[in-house]
Amino acid sequence: MTFLTADSMTGGYGAADILHDCTIGVDKGEIAVIVGPNGAGKSTAMKAVFGMLTLRKGRVTLDGRDITALTPQDRVAQGMAFVPQTNNVFPSMSVEENLEMGAFLRRDDITRTMEQVYDLFPILRDKRRQNAGELSGGQRQQVAVGRALMTEPKLLMLDEPTAGVSPIVMDELFDRIIEVARTGISILMVEQNARQALEIADKGYVLVQGRNAYTDTGAALLADPEVRRTFLGG
Amino acid sequence: MEFLNAIVALANFVLIPATSYGAQLALGALGVTMIYGILRFSNFAHGDTMALGTAFAILITWGLQGMGVSLGPLPTALLALPVAIGLTGLVMLATDRAVYRFYRRKKVVPVILVIVSMGVMFVMNGITRFLIGVDEIRFSDGARFLINAREFKQSTGLDEGLALRTTQVLTVVTAVAVVALLFWFLNHTRTGKSMRAFSDNEDLALLSGINPERVVMYAWLIAGALATTAGVLYGLDKSFKAFTYFQLLLPIFASAIVGGLGNPVGAIAGGFLIAYSEVAVTYAFKKVVSYLVPEAWEPSGLMQLLSTDYKFAVSFTILIIVLLFKPTGLFKGKAV
Repeated sequence: MTFLTADSMTGGYGAADILHDCTIGVDKGEIAVIVGPNGAGKSTAMKAVFGMLTLRKGRVTLDGRDITALTPQDRVAQGMAFVPQTNNVFPSMSVEENLEMGAFLRRDDITRTMEQVYDLFPILRDKRRQNAGELSGGQRQQVAVGRALMTEPKLLMLDEPTAGVSPIVMDELFDRIIEVARTGISILMVEQNARQALEIADKGYVLVQGRNAYTDTGAALLADPEVRRTFLGG
Repeated sequence: MEFLNAIVALANFVLIPATSYGAQLALGALGVTMIYGILRFSNFAHGDTMALGTAFAILITWGLQGMGVSLGPLPTALLALPVAIGLTGLVMLATDRAVYRFYRRKKVVPVILVIVSMGVMFVMNGITRFLIGVDEIRFSDGARFLINAREFKQSTGLDEGLALRTTQVLTVVTAVAVVALLFWFLNHTRTGKSMRAFSDNEDLALLSGINPERVVMYAWLIAGALATTAGVLYGLDKSFKAFTYFQLLLPIFASAIVGGLGNPVGAIAGGFLIAYSEVAVTYAFKKVVSYLVPEAWEPSGLMQLLSTDYKFAVSFTILIIVLLFKPTGLFKGKAV
């Protein structure tokens, strides 16, 4: 039993199912990556894990606790944090206020966590008085990840964190994500840049049409000739 | 001397009245913008909320005057204001509970909420008339003038008199205090910041654990307080009449939209812009001009661009120009 287990999830937005018996898991301090072609249900799987989608079948457990029936807000209180792909900052609020809002549920002193976020993303310390809406795409992603880290989550979920950022910024973001995982936080992310993502992944899930197509370690998936041919462009 | 006379006349008839009117509009527009920012619809009931709040304040003022309580040179209504704000707040919360919450749960589109607010407007309008009647009511007491026109003429030796009414100064001072308090609340308290966050990005606010019902509750309370304050100040400065308050809706909406809906700074700027334009366009400048030009050039007409009967056309025109060329308002707000 892994730290997070989403077992045989089946469901969708309307009458038709998008996910079919999809299973995903992450262990403590691990990085799990969901990859797959467009429309494979990657983001949907992520939303299902976070409770933004009602499942017809299957269950989600976190640290041995069944959380299938909890709302997203309750899951945040249970130690999950979610970074949406778009609209993931408060644009007219300063970077510091964005981080404060991330810690809204906490009643204790948040300065230590905020320092940790600033250590992880030093550029945010320099820009902490600036509005998040005025930052570049990469910096905005850092604010979004920082906001999610403010609750001191046990599981951090990222929906395409590198969408729309330059390759250099992408590499740096991946480095930071590895750093976060080293502190013991489990990471589950959906990625469009499959090759780079699988390189840093402990676990990889290849989804095709809402089903698990291949599941293995990141390195093994990268080495698998079938996966390479069909999903990684040779 | 002539030049000074012109300035005094301009101050007396344009600058001072427009400034206090602007402050009243700004407070009203802040309430509209607050509801738009949090609940995402234009609240048509705002004018009648002002009327109802003011009606509460007038009834309490009468009660206080009956008991012989007064504030000396300041109007007694100032004492009644906090209680009236409390009562209006309760009405706001009750309306939200009885009407708006139902539609919020159904996640209706904003235009339906606008129509719903028009229904609330008619009901509130009726309640206000039932409560206090349809006549014009003057409830200002205490010292009427801070600077009297006759004394001003005697002491300065100018031909033009300058009158500064207590209520005008009171309006501006109260508005400044209320705005300062509101901005402090929005920028420095946990609840205020959570309201800004909710207005900025509702989904992310929910993901951060911000309770939407709480944010909505505070928004109504603040809007009710702002409406009551604006209404009482307007009534002290001019007079109270339920129908006039309903008509104030247009300049108030114009102010909020011109400044940028959802943007508090914009609401204030918009309030003053509309007020100055309205007063300047409808003022007869003959007097001011005749002080400045040689006698031969003295204008024969009134030099008035628009009759005061058409003052609402001014807000309307500004509103349309802004919507055509800058739909998000002068200060970045949300597009209507």
